[in-house]
Amino acid sequence: MHSSLTAIWLTVKLATLVTVLLLFIGTPIAWWLSRTRSWLKGPVGAVVTLPLVLPPTVIGFYLLLLMGPHGPVGQAMESVGLSRLPFSFAGLVVASVFYSLPFVVQPIQNAFEAMGSRPLEVAASLRASPWDRFFTVALPLARPGMLTAAILGFAHTVGEFGVVLMIGGNIPGKTQVLSVKIFDYVETMQYEQAHWLAGGMVCFSFLVLLLLYSGRKKSAWV
Amino acid sequence: MEARFHIAYPGFTLDVDLHLPDKGVTAVFGPSGCGKTTLLRCVAGLERAPRGFLSVGGAVWQDESRKLFFPTHKRSLGIVFQEASLFPHLSVRKNLEYGMKRAGNTEGDGFDAMLDFLGIHALLDRAPDRLSGGERQRVAIARALLTRPHLLLMDEPLAALDVKRKQEILPYLERLHDELSIPVLYVSHAPDEVARLADHLVLIDNGQATASGPLVETLARVDLQHAFADDAGVVIEATVAAHERDDLTRLEFPGGKLYVGHRDKLPGSRVRCRIHASDVSLALTAHDDSSILNVLPATVQAVAATEIPSHVLVQLRLPGEGAPLLLARITERSRAALDIAPGKEVIAQIKAVALLA
Repeated sequence: MHSSLTAIWLTVKLATLVTVLLLFIGTPIAWWLSRTRSWLKGPVGAVVTLPLVLPPTVIGFYLLLLMGPHGPVGQAMESVGLSRLPFSFAGLVVASVFYSLPFVVQPIQNAFEAMGSRPLEVAASLRASPWDRFFTVALPLARPGMLTAAILGFAHTVGEFGVVLMIGGNIPGKTQVLSVKIFDYVETMQYEQAHWLAGGMVCFSFLVLLLLYSGRKKSAWV
Repeated sequence: MEARFHIAYPGFTLDVDLHLPDKGVTAVFGPSGCGKTTLLRCVAGLERAPRGFLSVGGAVWQDESRKLFFPTHKRSLGIVFQEASLFPHLSVRKNLEYGMKRAGNTEGDGFDAMLDFLGIHALLDRAPDRLSGGERQRVAIARALLTRPHLLLMDEPLAALDVKRKQEILPYLERLHDELSIPVLYVSHAPDEVARLADHLVLIDNGQATASGPLVETLARVDLQHAFADDAGVVIEATVAAHERDDLTRLEFPGGKLYVGHRDKLPGSRVRCRIHASDVSLALTAHDDSSILNVLPATVQAVAATEIPSHVLVQLRLPGEGAPLLLARITERSRAALDIAPGKEVIAQIKAVALLA
């Protein structure tokens, strides 16, 4: 039971941290994607959406290569005296940010696109500078989309398995998150423990989606 | 105000060179898709014409020959858009303060006067989605004016409103017209609004300015009538002379007098009325056996073809110094029968006079 709680706590910690990071990273990307007329919009949009269609193992595999002792990121980190990312909590965070990025970028991008350029033009005519317009008009109007993004990003991070296994392994208290723990229980035939966690996940996911669907009467996403 | 813009889009080019008065309402009139909104957006700085020059009240806002371009938020202007454009996440009060704060009107100069002027005192603490369309536009106008702009741009501010709401808001726009000391650019495709509110008229057709001049003169030009089609007609500025016993109000203007149904206007006040070309018929002699009340002697100044081959448009000069012009739409057959040609003395019989406001 104690190890289950450790896994739950680790999962919540991971998902919260990843969600906060994703809102900071995803919002500018979504803003840029919703406003740009650059030819880069297509390629960038596709890259951001890739994790949606790729098997988690593929992402995990390449992240592992990238961050491992022979990968460019791994070597760069080593040369400045940082510990390697694979099989660490920090590695999980980095991998999860990649993996959940589309779930955060898309709702925010949709919210920015749905508001159109009119509110921003009005704000400009009222002397608001571009930054001012972003913070006082665009962000508040995109709030429902941001909320959806946060919920989806959190829930998706809680639910990931393949990437975690590839990048973090199965180290209790460090990288052994809920989904992996369930896998562990099943492998060792501890079905009752597995039930508790798996059933809990079903309830949690249902509640999240219920919250999302009943709260989105006014907001549009995906 | 000087505005020169050249901007090309696929299938459409705006190319204008305008000198506009620094005071009063300039109506930018034309069919939808003619480029009038693009012109307004260029003036606002929301579009950047690659070849452009704009100066307002002596201040240069754009001069591409010097690569000078002030973005919208650095221009002292206010914009009222067609649809409600209040920030939905802010109350009416916060909407008004949004611009005031940023334009440096922090001590709230003229705040109460503006609320009175537009009749929005009671709306201050409401959310924009709890306002009617007309109320929203009034708040939007107040919000724009409270930034104390040097130029007010209005992009078909009434187009999204139904007739009733239009009637509710037009008096406010008229007062604006009377009391505002800054120039207003008013984009519209409604001849009625133009006749009622404008002092100066710019006609836009297919990205080009086909005419620019004082309203009364420009409306009376026969060469521009295709722009107005069935709505051809003139505007006459008159003074209320007297209210007569039989519930008629007498208006006087240089060149004659007109009778209209009784209106609550004090004698001496200035009014505008509109006379449609199709409401004016011509006779060679004055009849005293006709029911038509408004009969004015006039001289034919010009005759022009219309888009309907059987009809012609006749421009008439009323007698007297500074007298306005009239337009009459008659059939080509009648023109031939009466031998109507420039210089001919005729009697204009006016079937209807629309008193604006």
